[in-house]
This record gives sequence, structure tokens and C-alpha cells, in this order.
Amino acid sequence: MSLKINNLQATLENGTEILKGVNLEIPAGEIHAIMGPNGSGKSTLSKVISGHESYIVTAGNILLDGVDLSEMSIDERSRAGIFLAFQYPNEVPGVSNANFIRAALQARLPKGEEIDAVGYYKSLYEKMDLLEMDRKFTGRAVNEGFSGGEKKRNEILQMMMLEPKYCILDETDSGLDIDALKIVAKGVNAMRSPDRGMLLITHYQRLLDYIKPDHVHVMSEGRIVKSGGPELALELEENGYDFLKEPALV
Amino acid sequence: MTSVLPAWLQARQQAAQKRYESIPTPKRGDEAWRFANIKQLNFENLSGTALAADPANLISRSVGLESPAAKFVFLNDELVFSESSLPDSVICLPLAEAFEKHSGLVEKHFMKQETRLGSVKYAALHEASVKNGLFVHVPENQIVEGAIEVHHWISGGVTVFPHTLVVTGKSSQVRVVDVFHSVDGETAGLAIAFNDLCAGQNSSLDYVAIQDLNEVSRMISINETSTARDARAKGFVLNTGAAWARNESLSRLEGPGAHSDMLSVSIPDREQEYDQRTFQHHVSEGAYSDLLYKNTLYGHSKTVFSGLIFVDEKAHHTDAYQTCRNLLMTDDCEANSMPGLEINADQVKCSHGSTSAQISDEEIFYLQARGIDPSRARQLIARGFSVEVVARLNDESIEALVLSYIDKKFNGISKN
Repeated sequence: MSLKINNLQATLENGTEILKGVNLEIPAGEIHAIMGPNGSGKSTLSKVISGHESYIVTAGNILLDGVDLSEMSIDERSRAGIFLAFQYPNEVPGVSNANFIRAALQARLPKGEEIDAVGYYKSLYEKMDLLEMDRKFTGRAVNEGFSGGEKKRNEILQMMMLEPKYCILDETDSGLDIDALKIVAKGVNAMRSPDRGMLLITHYQRLLDYIKPDHVHVMSEGRIVKSGGPELALELEENGYDFLKEPALV
Repeated sequence: MTSVLPAWLQARQQAAQKRYESIPTPKRGDEAWRFANIKQLNFENLSGTALAADPANLISRSVGLESPAAKFVFLNDELVFSESSLPDSVICLPLAEAFEKHSGLVEKHFMKQETRLGSVKYAALHEASVKNGLFVHVPENQIVEGAIEVHHWISGGVTVFPHTLVVTGKSSQVRVVDVFHSVDGETAGLAIAFNDLCAGQNSSLDYVAIQDLNEVSRMISINETSTARDARAKGFVLNTGAAWARNESLSRLEGPGAHSDMLSVSIPDREQEYDQRTFQHHVSEGAYSDLLYKNTLYGHSKTVFSGLIFVDEKAHHTDAYQTCRNLLMTDDCEANSMPGLEINADQVKCSHGSTSAQISDEEIFYLQARGIDPSRARQLIARGFSVEVVARLNDESIEALVLSYIDKKFNGISKN
């Protein structure tokens, strides 16, 4: 059971190469973090895993518990168990948060089956309480007028409601103050499970103080260039990415 | 019903008939009919014979608000059902009866404003031909809880002239909902409707029109709203049905503190065409008007929006806003917008604008990444686009009714 990325190469529609052969396996039960300088391809990796259509996969594949995602659309991948927490979540005017999450859950049910409304709200409120989100957020349009921190909490709320097998969090810590970061981390930690793998994409060690990763990887110029344990993040915090500029040791 | 019409009305109807005959049919190039499909004004395809319809069946199909304050059902302008739990002080009668029983009061308010948005010929035809509709008069300080709900069934084959006249006394409040239906899906009909809304001082008057005719029928509806000092008028039009609908809406702000909300949601599909003309007329100083029209276009449909904010010389300290937004769901639809502004006073705050856009791939990506398939995602976004206007009705029960028609329309589109 793992999310396995094999030699993944992807370009933009104009041919610009972004991912140049990424190899990474996230077994269920583990949390992996990817760090790396701006422009290294971290966010692109998260979008390509989700199936974003602006990127063309030119080689390699992604296996979800052994199932190749290549031919699956964005929504099929989501229903198969991939969740992407967005760095910049979109606003959906006129669609209430409660109806949005409900539509996402409904999409996972067989045709003709309906969500049980009472059970749904009970579950929604439990998770909102854990994320310290006011009940008024159920009726507000998705992310509209939300602060940066509220948007990120809302991503985690959706993640908790959809219970994906593999979670990818794209810079969930950016724009969060320390209190909001702690709350978000509480939500993510509550999702830790032997059946679930997670990939945290971040610039900062700070997030990893609150969500302890099992493995840390460094991405640069479209490849994973270094992997290690949690101590690697501390090392990066200390020394930055300068080592990337040195000639690679063969 | 063989009631004798009051003399004033007979005289006005005769004069109106003459006007109708003498006014030329609008033609291409007329400013008020710019972008309009003039061919829609040829009404010769009506059979002239009303299709037979069973009133009992229509009454059972007249599903509306959960608990209306009063409910009326008309078939081709004939009353077939009514019930009311309104306070005795409120006059709420079929117009035919009101002509007889409250002749003076009706005369005082009936079609008082000049039609200036293009349909002067059809307003004359309406005036000459009107037989029925609803008259509502709310006395001073009377707050009507709930809403008055009116269903207008059009059997097809003929032209109907429903008229809604609502007058609110000082510091009173009322809400009226008109729903326009066709008896069947195939028979072409024509409705030339008029609604006169007279909001008295410090009163609150909400009017909602739901147009859900079959897609071979046509409708012209003319709205004239006058808003006195500190009064609050809200007009909302939903277009889901008809082959072609023309809405003309004029709101006159007649006293300081007057407030007019002009709202509309239109969701045309296939070959449907909606043509909307609006006029925010600031006669008084210190009044506020806010227009928000949203169109979601599918298929080969077409919309026209032409709006004017007009601020009279003495109407200082006016606040007036006008926004038309079009959401283009296909490459073949066509949205035309002509926002306009004419300011003759000082110290005014006015803005007008229109936008046309398609749903972006990034918006769809977000919903898809939550497992929602692209067609459902587009529908959710489009519905949300309309919901923003509906939410301004601020009445849960009316919002639910309007949304039920919006959802019916979207469900029909998703089956295409």
C-alpha cells in the first residue's frame, strides 16, 4: 500500500520541462515532506499527481496502491483517494461550504444513494470544532472573504471530511500565524493513520515542528536530490540550499 | 363574470386602443430595440383559440410557498382559485373585482407612469385589453407577514394581459410573488404583463416574478416602480422559460431616503432569448438604487441588457449602482450589454458596469480535485452565480421557491 511515483517527467503545454524524473514512494502510514527552493517543481508535482491538465506527463507514472493513475481524470483520482490541499484555494461564490463538501461526498456514492443529512452535519461540526472553525462557515460561500488562515483551515476540513488515502498538502503553512498553524497541524495529526500516507510540501522547518515527518526530501530542478530523516529539515533550516550549488558528488 | 367596467377605465381603454393602432411597430434601428430580435414581435402564429385546460389540474400544479398569506390562481386571466388569511384591512382582490369595488383607488395608481423603454405600443395594447390580475392595497402601518402568491396559467393559443398593481401605505410592508406558467409544453402563447408597484412613504414592497413559460411562448413584461421618501422597493425577475421574453423595468426614486433594488436572474438555453431594459430614475435627492442582473447562457441562447441610470438636475447626493454579469457556458451563446449613465446633479455616487466571462479551468480544477465531475462542477458554479442574486431577496421561503425553478432549469440542462 503506497503512493508510488516512478521516474515522473512532466512539461508545460509549451514544452518547458518542469519535472525531470521524480522517484518517490509514500507508504501508507508515513508522512513525507518535500522541501526545496522556489521553482524546484514542488507545487507542480502536487498538481501532476492530482491530474491537472496544464501539465503533460511525458514519462513515468504514478501508482496508487498499485493502480496506475495515468488515464484517470482529476475527479476520478480524487475519488480514488488522492487529496490536494491547495496553496491558494479557489473561491466558489454562491456555493455554501456545507453544500460544497456535501457535493464532494455525494460524488463518492453510487447513483441513487443520498447522504444522510443528520449524520453529515454531526460529522462536519465535530471536525469544525476540532479546527476551531465557527459554525457560520457552513453557510458561507466556499472561501469567499475568508482570511488566508481560514482558507487553509477549510482545506483541512475538506480533507477530514473526505478521508482520502493519500493527502498532499501544498504549502499549507504559508500565510499562517503560529496559532493557526497549530490548529491546522492538530487537524493533520488527527488524520494520521496506518492506512493513510501524507506528503507535505513546505519551505519551512516550522511546519515540521508540529507535524513530524518520517522522511524529508529535497527537490531541486525537477528532481528529488536528497532524502533523509527529520534531521534533514533541521539541517536545511540551518544551512539553506547552498549545497545544491556545489558540484554534485558522484 | 359580466361586470360593468368603470367609466374612467372604459375611456382609457378606448384611448389606449387608438394609441396601440397608431403607434408603429418597433423596427430595426430603433435605439430601444437595439440588438433585439424584432421578428419576435410578429404575433401571428397564435391560433386565436385558447387550448382547453382543466382548472382543477392547474390548481394542484400551482405549488408555491410553504405558507402564503394569500394565494390566487388564474387561467388565461380568469380567476380559478383564491384563498387568503390576510388581515381585513388589506385589500387583495382580482383586478376585475377591484375595478368594481375600489374603482377610485385603482384609478389613482393604475398605469400612471409613461412607458419609456420601448414597449409603449404594447403598454397601450395591455391597457386597452387588460381584464384581470391582482390589486393589493396595504394600509398605513400594516405589516403583512408571509407573501401573496399568484399563479398565472397561460393555455396557449391566445394573448393574456395579467396586471399586478401593488400599493403600500405609509410604513407598511408586503411581498408579492407572480409565477407565469404554460399549461402544456407545445402550445404557443403570449403574455403582455404589467406590474405597477407604488411604494408609499417608509414602506417596504417586494415583488418577485418567475417566468417559466414553455419554450414556444413569448412574454413582454413591463414594470413600473415608484418609491416614495424612505420607502424600500425590491423587484426580482427570474427568466427560465419562454422562447423570447422582454422585460422593461423602470424605477422612479421619488423621495429622499428611497431605496430601490432591481434584481434579475436569467438562465436561457437552446435558442431562448431574453431582452432586458432598465431605467433607474433618480428624481429626488438622497435616494439609493442598486441593480444587479445576472445571466447564465447555455446553448445558442442570447441576452440583451440595456440599462440607464438617470439622475435629474436636483437629485443631489444620489447613490446609484448598476451591474450586469454574464456567465457564458458555451461558445455559441451571445450576451449583449449596454450599461449607461446620465448624471445631471452634483455630489453623486454612481457606478455601472457589465462583465462577460466563462468559468475558468482553475475554478473547475478546484471542484474536480474534490471528486466532483466537470459537468456537475460547472453546474454548481453556475448555480452559485445565480444564488448570489437570489440571496438578496432575504426571505427564506421565497428564495426556496425561486431556487426550485432555477434547479428545475439546471436539471433540464444537464439532461441535454
